[in-house]
Parts: sequence; structure tokens; C-alpha cells
Amino acid sequence: MQSSTTNTTVTANYQAAPTEHHGHPDHRMFGLVLFLVAETMIFAGLFAAFLIYKSTIADFSKELELTIPTINTIILVSSSFVMHKGQSAIKNDDVKGLQLWFGITALMGAVFLGGQVYEYAHMEFGLTEHLFGSCFYALTGFHGLHVTAGLLFTLAVLWRSRAAGHYSGASHFGVEAAELYWHFVDVVWIVLFGLVYLL
Amino acid sequence: MSEATTHHGGDRKWTDYFTFCTDHKVIGIQYLVTSFFFYFIGGALAEMVRTELATPDPDFVSPEVYNQLFTMHGTIMIFLWIVPAGAAFANYLIPLMIGADDMAFPRLNAVAFWMQPVGGILLISSFFVGAPQAGWTSYPPLSLISGKWGEELWILCLLILGTASILGAINFVTTIFKMRIPEMDIHSMPLFCWAMLATSALILLSTPVLAAALILLSFDLMAGTAFFNPTGGGDPIVYQHLFWFYSHPAVYIMVLPFFGVISEVLPVHSRKPIFGYRAIAYSGLAISFLGLIVWAHHMFTSGTPGWLRMFFMATTMLVAVPTGIKIFSWCATLWGGKLQLNSALLFAIGFLSSFLIGGLSGVMLAAAPFDIHVHDTYFVVGHFHYVLFGGSVFALFSAVYHWYPKMTGKMYDEFWGKLHFAMTFVGFNMTFLPMHYLGMQGMNRRIALYDPQFQSLNQVCTIGSYILALSTLPFLVSMVLGLVKGEAAGRNPWRALTLEWQTTSPPSIENFDEVPVLWAGPYDYGIDSESEDAGESVEEMLAEVAEVG
Repeated sequence: MQSSTTNTTVTANYQAAPTEHHGHPDHRMFGLVLFLVAETMIFAGLFAAFLIYKSTIADFSKELELTIPTINTIILVSSSFVMHKGQSAIKNDDVKGLQLWFGITALMGAVFLGGQVYEYAHMEFGLTEHLFGSCFYALTGFHGLHVTAGLLFTLAVLWRSRAAGHYSGASHFGVEAAELYWHFVDVVWIVLFGLVYLL
Repeated sequence: MSEATTHHGGDRKWTDYFTFCTDHKVIGIQYLVTSFFFYFIGGALAEMVRTELATPDPDFVSPEVYNQLFTMHGTIMIFLWIVPAGAAFANYLIPLMIGADDMAFPRLNAVAFWMQPVGGILLISSFFVGAPQAGWTSYPPLSLISGKWGEELWILCLLILGTASILGAINFVTTIFKMRIPEMDIHSMPLFCWAMLATSALILLSTPVLAAALILLSFDLMAGTAFFNPTGGGDPIVYQHLFWFYSHPAVYIMVLPFFGVISEVLPVHSRKPIFGYRAIAYSGLAISFLGLIVWAHHMFTSGTPGWLRMFFMATTMLVAVPTGIKIFSWCATLWGGKLQLNSALLFAIGFLSSFLIGGLSGVMLAAAPFDIHVHDTYFVVGHFHYVLFGGSVFALFSAVYHWYPKMTGKMYDEFWGKLHFAMTFVGFNMTFLPMHYLGMQGMNRRIALYDPQFQSLNQVCTIGSYILALSTLPFLVSMVLGLVKGEAAGRNPWRALTLEWQTTSPPSIENFDEVPVLWAGPYDYGIDSESEDAGESVEEMLAEVAEVG
């Protein structure tokens, strides 16, 4: 569909875009940002529901064990900085550095998920016991799902980086997208941690 | 012209329309045909509802089946007809209007389309397990006790269609911002693109909140939680807040694209520049913003405290300001124009008059004291059908007639098109106008049996709805006759100025043989022209462009 000679002359006249993707201007980062706006609104909806319950229902909140979640928070927040080192590495054409830092990020993400599983296993209440329990599992579970997606995203970048020249200083959309997604998951966790555990 | 440019849209095989094709024009037509398919299903359900209501007794279907009918009618008409129909025109027109060769993400576009049939089949299949009965709003706790599997299929369908809608919006915004030809700045962009920008912003900000509500509702239904179930300590009002945070903006998601359509159709067929280009463009964005902060006007009777009612009453009434700006600008566009009263313009004028009534009854409903009086009565049913049928559907038909020559390369049959308009207009007003009286007198909505005093007006409604149903016949005749023996349309039968008319009809696979030339604003009829009719010079300019090419 996009193969004829006319097409190349057409696109040649288009505004020069900073990056190219299959001979076309690359709009994928712009699209990803819009997607994350939508994702943010799902979490906003869930947080809003949580806040309404909290402000209208008497003795809604329950005590939560804070040790594991706090360690988890520190791991997840610092993994964002680790990941950024990976992105800086690939900008300098350093694939080994990308693999190292993304590898550590993936490990940290896995530890976070492991911590969450441990926390669930030792929880004093179940999903249907009371409204706070339902909210707790719905919010942290939905976030955990996003961490899993981000982890898979990171592993996919690692997998692809094995092919020589797949990522370079000039072309590394996958790296940047994975990083942006991870930051998003991270920021959502900070809000979630504040609302559910600390408030 | 080079060899490669001789592939025209006509070269598309009919089988292409059943494949995972990434061409935005194919996807646009796929959307359009699919949505019309569901329109006929949703319409058939509506006729069954009206047939039941022709008499006060539940003698046509049982009350349970009646509940399923109106629930499915509402859901299908909103999520499988009018929202995808807006996406249909956006997909077909946006790249053509801005001189691009496709959408920003063609494969994502095809994915979003193919979610429509999947969601539609899921929803329709719920009839086999007991269709949902809780109305299109699915308020808990009713939705939690009125049939588990039908309700769950309803939730799944909406999650799929909502995702498709979000993916589409990402595509529209990226395409509009990033793929305009260099000389087209954002203020020389056709107003339809502005309308889709406002629509997409709403979709991105509100649809995910519905997803959040549906996920929690699904938990209540399937996992035994009690987010919205008062017997377990939950709060049904929270569902209403989340639901209407999407579903009020959703009415603008349904109507804003068609505001865009009207802004395209009126100047072309009245040969006048659009009145107040920037006012129309920015008022769309204003409607989007206000649309996000008015949702609780659906909840005036849900125990909402007075101070909150005041806020939502005031903001709701404010929506009338940008909408009024649009209506007056459209009227000013028509004023003193050389009107070509073809089917496209007739439907556009039908839109103006019907939507005006819907808008005015909307301001009435915004007033909390009046709303409390007519809440959940047929007044509300009449109001939203004037907005959605009189607004969106009339404009949609206008769009179909206006762009039919571009999509098919043929002219539709004008006689049958005008008959279609006459029957639609009469049937529509006969069906929905009496509902306002019924509501004021206290007839509840969502009931299969009613007080006999309401019978005569209900029969008027029912007869009107039959006329409305029959009006689809001349529509189909006009479309098919056009395809079979319509005369060739040529590039620009309406002598319009927007870019989609600069290419062949139907457009070649790559849209434009060369980068289109922007030599006038989209609505500069009669400007910078010696002759009285700007259309003359348009033809000359087009001929020049073709020769140079």
C-alpha cells in the first residue's frame, strides 16, 4: 500500500520529522503519550471511587503492614533511575550498557511483583471480606497488572537488543517507550501508595 | 502522471472490505456499513418497544423481554451505531481533508475497527443467555440481580468498544496534529477536523473512567465484591458518578463529529463562507471542557445535596453558550446564501431545527427543580431523542449524502433521497414530540404497561415510529440506485473547497496523486473571486491544478 514511487515523492515534501519509521515520520511517541493519558484516567476513576468510600463510609480504612510495601516502593522508584541509565547508554550507542541497566530494571520489577505476592499471601483479609479489602485488591492488583505489562515490555526490549544494530543512538523508540511506560507505572504507584497505605 | 498513480479506489476488490485492510478509506467504509447494520438491528428493537407501547397492557411481549428490548436498543444505538458512525467519517475524511496519505497508525486503525464486530456479536449473543435488563445505564443493584451472564456480556462488549474508541482517538489526534500538509496551519484546517479533535479529547479523558466503573461492576457481578452493592456496604451512587463521568461526555462524543459535518455541509451547499470559523472551532473545545464537569445533572434525584445541584445546574446551562454560538453561526452561514436544496442540505437543515428543540429542552432539564419534576419520565426520552436522532442521525444522513459521490464516484438518486428526508422528518417529529407531553403528564420511562389515559398519544408515537422505520426504504433505494445507474460524480460535484474534493472519486489508493495544493481556505466561497459564484473559479483552478499535474 505504501510502496509506490509516487508515495516517496509525496512524503519527501512533508515536514521533516525528527525521526523516521519505515520511511515515514515517526509519531509513535506522541501516540504513546496519548495512550498514557487514557491509562491515567482509568486509575483516576479507581482512585476517585476509593476516595468517595473513604470520605463517606465510617471506619472504612483498615490497618496495613507497611514494611514490605515501603521496601517495594523504594525498589520501584529507584528502578526508574536505573532504567534511565539504560536509555542514556543507548543514546551513546552502548548496547551492552542498555542490556545491563534494563536487566537490572527487570530484576527490580520482578522483585516488586514478588513482594506484592508475598504481601497478598500474608494478608489478614480477602477480596470479599469488606469494602476496603475489595478496594485494596482491585487497586494494587490493577497496578500489579501494569507492572507485569511494563516488565514484559522491558524484557521485549532486552530480547530485541540481542540483534546487532536493532537499537542504536539514532533509533531506539522501543527503549524510550518502555522507559516512559515504566515511569508512568512508577508515578501511579507513588499516588496509590500514598492513598491506600498512608492516608 | 506516472504509472503508479493510475490505481484508483475503484480498483479495490469488494473482498478487501472483509479483510484486515489498513487503508483508512476501506476502514471508514467498514465502520459505516457495520454501524448501519447495527442501526437496522437497533431500529427493529425500537419498533418492538413501540409496538408493545401501542396499548397500555403488556400484550406483545412479556415485561422481562420488554426490559431486554429497550436495554439492547439503547446500547446498540449508542455504542454500535452512532459512535462508530462518527468514527467512520473521521477515518474516511481526516487524512483526505489534511492532505495525508493515511492515518498515523494504520494497523492500529484496523485493530480498532475489527473490535466493532467482535463487541457487537458478544452483545447480541447475550440474547441466548438472557439479555441484560437493567437499561443502558446498568445501574446497580438492579444490574447485579437481573441476569448474570447477559450483564457480563454487556460489560465485556462495552470494554471492547471503549478500547476501540480510545485507540481511534489516539489515531485521530496524532493524525490531525502531525500529518497536515505543511502549508495548512491549524486555523486553515476544515472544521470537521476541529470537531474530531474535541471529540477525541473527550474520548481520551472520559472513556477510561467508564472502564474503571465496568471493571468494578464486573467484580461485583462475578467475584462477589460489594463495590456498588448496598447489602455488602457498597455505594450504588459511586457507580452513577463514574458512569456519568463518561456517559455525559459521551453525548458530546456522539454529537460533536456531526457538528463538524454540519460545518462542512452548510457552506458548500449555500455557497457562502462559514460564519465565525474560529468561534465554531473553539466552541467545540469549550463544549468538550464543559462536558467533563456537568455529569451530576443526571443525578439530581440521587440524594445530591443542594449546593452540588447548584454547581451542576450552572455548568450544565453554560453548555448552551458554546452550542448557541455554533447554532447562530450556522444560521448566519445560511443567511442570504444560494441554497441548493438537495438531500444533503435538507438533512442539515432538519438537523438545525430538531437539534435546536433538543437543546432547548436540555436547558429546561438543566434546571434542577424542573428536572426533579420530570426525572425518569418520557420528557427525558423525548429530549434525548431530539438531541441524538434529531442531532446526530439527521447530520449523519446529511454526511452520507454529501460524501456519497466522493466515496462511490457516483451520484445518489435525488428523488428518493428527498423522499427519505420527508418521511424521516415527519416520522421523527411524530414519534418524539408527543413524548414531551407524556412526560409532563407523568408517564414513566422503562415501563411496559402504563395508565390508559396515555394511550392516544402513545399510539401517535407508535405510528410515527413506523413511518420512521419505513423511511429507511427510500434511503436504501437512493443508495442502491446511485450505485447501479447513478451518473459519474467527477472529482468535485459540489464544487467544494476542502482538500478531499481535489482527488478523484473514489480517491486513489494513495489518496492524492501529488501533494494537494492549498490555494484557498476551506470555506472561502465568493472571496477573492471576480465572478459572483466562487464555484466557477474553483472549477478553473481545479482544471489548472490537473493540467499542471
